[in-house]
Amino acid sequence: MEYSLHFGAVWASFDKLLSGLAIGLGLAVVAVAIGTVLGLLAAFASVGPYRLLRWAAAFYVSLIRNLPLLVLVLLAYFALPQAGITLDKYQSFAGALALYSGAYLTEVFRAGLISVPKGVIEAARAIGLTRLQTNVSVVAPIMLRNALPSLGNTFIGMFKDSSIAAAIAVPELTFEARKINVDTFRVIETWTVASGLYIAACVVIAALLRGLERRFPKF
Amino acid sequence: MQAFLDQLWIARWPLWEGLLLTIGSAAGSILFGTLLGVIVGVQLAYAPWWLRLPFRIYVDIMRGTPVLVLILAAYYIPAVAGLSLGPTQAGILALTLFAGAHIGELIRGSLQAIQPGQAEAGRSIGLTFPQLLAYVLLPQAVRSALPPWINTGVELIKGSSLLSIIGVGELLLKTQEVIGRNFMTIQFYVFAGILYLAINIALDQLGKAVERRVGQH
Repeated sequence: MEYSLHFGAVWASFDKLLSGLAIGLGLAVVAVAIGTVLGLLAAFASVGPYRLLRWAAAFYVSLIRNLPLLVLVLLAYFALPQAGITLDKYQSFAGALALYSGAYLTEVFRAGLISVPKGVIEAARAIGLTRLQTNVSVVAPIMLRNALPSLGNTFIGMFKDSSIAAAIAVPELTFEARKINVDTFRVIETWTVASGLYIAACVVIAALLRGLERRFPKF
Repeated sequence: MQAFLDQLWIARWPLWEGLLLTIGSAAGSILFGTLLGVIVGVQLAYAPWWLRLPFRIYVDIMRGTPVLVLILAAYYIPAVAGLSLGPTQAGILALTLFAGAHIGELIRGSLQAIQPGQAEAGRSIGLTFPQLLAYVLLPQAVRSALPPWINTGVELIKGSSLLSIIGVGELLLKTQEVIGRNFMTIQFYVFAGILYLAINIALDQLGKAVERRVGQH
């Protein structure tokens, strides 16, 4: 094997890799923000009293969780225009990832809701709070705190999945790495650096989340 | 609808081949990944720290890197190392390494959840460590790791769709080729989606059934 490592060619394009990393993070933040709203709605629906809503939430979760994200992305980018809805590549990827993360977050929030002690809910009802007030000011804060570790893991998962945006030419980290790979043939160096950047970002996010968990004591 | 069914009939063999390759590459990688994962799991649970360290590094790299990056790396890197792997082999290699890390963590978790009394009892009746693993610890660990192991199968079926990006002719790539001919974008992506759903929901139900049986003890 005649191959010696030269990281120079990769460092020369390091700014592109960093901007790719930022795009991936941005897509994950937008998607998880929308996904949190979807997940909260579906989680409350899935533990609520209405059978139709429970069924709709269960359908959403098992539909999306059993589909590959790439299929959702291709549907959003290539198939929706046939139905008259045209989204650019950023919008279609963020939309697909939001829908995808929403299904995972439904499970996360559902587990959080189940973990809220019954007595707390009864106490809130007993002092005269309406069902909505109970949910908003008593159940939701406890549930969000209990769900924080899983919410963080889901965010890290979605950040890693933002690599799939490369398939529709969004210039995020994986797309840029592939370009450097093809342009320079510094194959080992490129993928080592790209993988290292992903891992470093995951480690930093995980550390930030642990800090957040410490700041808000567990209920 | 009739037009779609006509096109589907024309495309039936390529799509069938794609479906087989999707199932085959997921099955191959879960098979090799399980062999790898059992070794990794045992090392993570019982090896001394200097032996455990390389396995820990391997698992953390696999878990911190997106599957697509693993697939692209497995596709491009072997060529410069003088190995020639076809896209399918490279894809299965990447998915195997990914599955090995995840299954390794599963096995580690279930091994560590076994009460220490079990290992002590085994040692006190004179079992060597390999015997202890084979007859006492692994059967119990495998049992409790079974439901999440089936879930890994769902992840691999989904992950195998990424192999289309390096040109493996699995279900999604075949679907894209069919769409390239007839431009029925929504119909054929939805059709592929239904096939993925059918496989994964079947696996999911299997996992739940196994969980109920395992949970009875």
